[in-house]
Amino acid sequence: MAGIVSYGAYVPLFRLGPGTAGWMAPGEKAVASFDEDSITMAVAAAADCMNGMDRSTIDGLYFATTTSPYVEKQGATTVATASDLRRDIITADFTDSLRAGTNALRAALDAVNAGSAKRAMVTASDMRLSTPRSEFESLFGDGAAALLIGDDKVAVNVIGSYSIANEILDVWRSYGETVVGAWEDRFVQDVGYRSVLPEAITGLFKKYKVEAKDFAKAVYYAPDPRRHSEIARRFGFESAQVQAPLFGTVGNTGAAFALMMLVAALEEAKPGDKILLANYGDGADAAILEVTEEINNIRDRRGVKGNVATKKLLRDYQMYASWRGFVELAAAARRPDMVMPSASAVWRERDKNIRFYGVKCKNCGYEQYPPQRVCTKCHAKDNFEDVRFSDKRATIFTYSMDYLAPVGDPPLVIAVIDFERGGRAVTMMTDRDIDELKVNLPVEMTFRKLFTAKGVHNYYWKSMPVRM
Amino acid sequence: MQGIRDRVAVVGMGCTKFGELWDNGVEDLIVDSSFEAIEDAGIEPKDIQAAWFGTVMSGMTGQVLTSALKLEYIPVTRVENACCTATEAFRNAAYAVAAGIYDIALASGAEKQKDTGFAGLGAAGGVGTFVEAPSPPPVQFALAATRYAHHYGLSYGELKTTLARIAVKNHHNGTLCPRAHFQREITLEQAINAPMIAWPLGLFDCCGVSDGGAAAIITTPEIAKKLKDDYVLIKGLGLTVGGMQGQLQDWYDFVHFEENVTAAKVAYNDAGIKNPRKEIDLAIVHDCFTITELIIMEDLEFSPRGKAPEDVAAGTFSLEGELPVNTDGGLKCFGHPVGASGLRMIYEVYKQLQGKAEKRQLKKADIGLTQNLGGRPGSFTCAISILGKRD
Repeated sequence: MAGIVSYGAYVPLFRLGPGTAGWMAPGEKAVASFDEDSITMAVAAAADCMNGMDRSTIDGLYFATTTSPYVEKQGATTVATASDLRRDIITADFTDSLRAGTNALRAALDAVNAGSAKRAMVTASDMRLSTPRSEFESLFGDGAAALLIGDDKVAVNVIGSYSIANEILDVWRSYGETVVGAWEDRFVQDVGYRSVLPEAITGLFKKYKVEAKDFAKAVYYAPDPRRHSEIARRFGFESAQVQAPLFGTVGNTGAAFALMMLVAALEEAKPGDKILLANYGDGADAAILEVTEEINNIRDRRGVKGNVATKKLLRDYQMYASWRGFVELAAAARRPDMVMPSASAVWRERDKNIRFYGVKCKNCGYEQYPPQRVCTKCHAKDNFEDVRFSDKRATIFTYSMDYLAPVGDPPLVIAVIDFERGGRAVTMMTDRDIDELKVNLPVEMTFRKLFTAKGVHNYYWKSMPVRM
Repeated sequence: MQGIRDRVAVVGMGCTKFGELWDNGVEDLIVDSSFEAIEDAGIEPKDIQAAWFGTVMSGMTGQVLTSALKLEYIPVTRVENACCTATEAFRNAAYAVAAGIYDIALASGAEKQKDTGFAGLGAAGGVGTFVEAPSPPPVQFALAATRYAHHYGLSYGELKTTLARIAVKNHHNGTLCPRAHFQREITLEQAINAPMIAWPLGLFDCCGVSDGGAAAIITTPEIAKKLKDDYVLIKGLGLTVGGMQGQLQDWYDFVHFEENVTAAKVAYNDAGIKNPRKEIDLAIVHDCFTITELIIMEDLEFSPRGKAPEDVAAGTFSLEGELPVNTDGGLKCFGHPVGASGLRMIYEVYKQLQGKAEKRQLKKADIGLTQNLGGRPGSFTCAISILGKRD
């Protein structure tokens, strides 16, 4: 039987919160940096999920989001390639609904149960926008979760599920719009969420003859804290049973929300725990999960806890507004516009740029990035094996800070880094505090978006101080 | 292999004013500098049998040169070797004359940089994936500055002061040079406290962007004797090209530029120089950034490794010092039109050797060196010339 064999999560480093000039809401929310999007966050969550794992065993990748960077170009293939998965795998995007994450989860379970895949990874990631100063803006957050589904060494079994399809225009985003729209609050709450989510939970309870007290934890989507606690009261969950929603620390992460809260629950779960998972959006999904002994073997993950704890408060709202394109700030110096990357060059360099492959010389053993035809150390020609550099740790050898470069986080830090087991690269550094920079600082690689030109997104790896 | 020493003479040179020459197109830069060289040599344009035209971004093929000068159906090679372009044009012309293929050749370098509308070099564009970390020259050399301080245990303040001394020296020298782009004194404090460009390098650690052109007429010593008495001889030439070694190899230290060292060895060997600090009277080097000049002093064996800061503080490289460096203000103040700089360096040595360096004239100027550098720490092209008085 298919179940969850691993989990991971990612929360961006930056926060808007009290202390950010121009921020009005009481709590904090996590905001993706100028170089992040739903794809890059999914890659980060996937890396957390695959920690210590042989990636070649994964033969399916689903990407769930309402904020895919493209409308025709699969995000799952980018996530799969950046995660350095095999080529011969099934991939699919699940989009257009807040329920996309659990849609993808069901599909992965079904795929493994049917034998279409042995191990399918579900990534759910979102970066939803609303109008500045709106209530939605104060509630939404950015983040991602990843669940690996398999049928061997299952840590969490899915022992029952119930779904409702519901046709309603309560909260939506139209083609061409950047911000989420909604009908009036009373309608959205009464006829939408407060009606439909409980309908799915009730249907699940009836179908499997379970009650609220059977569950160690209740994990469920809600649009805001009040609606969230209402559900708990309605079904009689004690406060200890309710998995804390991420309002005030991360925010409502859309398609990733329910799965991120599930990851948070799994980080603390004990063998034998039953967990209720319920998600809302164009209907509702509800499921009964049961934790096994294997949960103790997948504890070394950053998860939600580690990511929430490591954070940097943005100094002012204006920085965030420029990152999202609400306002365009002048660069320090005139610079020409970015040109669209050559698709043929991007394709030819995909292993180097998206998998971040270097090579190891089979003659002298020196690992070098980028890949070479002739070894820089011993000059042997065409005698290499591929090496994945994306998960190699490194330290800063030297660095500079470019005060003129037009980046989202000036000054642009350029760091020459030396990798463990050999290799050196000149990198852009992200998520950094210039006061923490020094020679020998430990760094890790992170998958980011360099820029967008003519609607084409250019992805690559940057270095950053080790997150935790 | 035969060396180049005393087989080739420089018999005429020209150099435009360098700066923001809004009124000049690349044609003007070529005409002004080349005709000055032709007249200085006492020849006519039709005497030129072959030419090497250096430019990085101001035109393709030799036709840019021939159409400007109206040279008729002679062989012209368009040369590009990054910031070494002009020295490379000079070197190839010299080899052609030394090989006995041509008697009189023109080496010309010109660059029109102020039409782009952007400060700095290297605008985006072109074709590629654009994933390389954008490191324009200030960033590239800043990486060496950060590491130099770490490697030799300099505090941030000590590094900034050392670099500021170099900027102050070159600014002072520029005020004595009418063709230089910048002619203004600065103080140590101004240099140290200038706005950051690429930490730790500030505004006065970085050379600016300029337009300019320079040229040389090259011939055999026999023909040179017939044309003038004060011709200058090429004593040594060196060119070395790196291959990204320092960018790939994690054992590269970022505090020396191997290409300088190897090119200098070749040129010193050619010229018969055993003790560069003692035997060389002046050096015009590639101070695109103050840190570059600092490291070059050690690469060229003017200072022992790690000791250049002391020599800088002692004034060793000032006009009055033991080994004056960048007597014409260097790239910092004369300017750096990329395709012309190498020939401008040779122009200064040429004038000093002839006793025509005006207010900058050194008392002793018998052997001069130019060092021209293109690329980035970890992968450079370095071109060196050594020139001396005849006999």
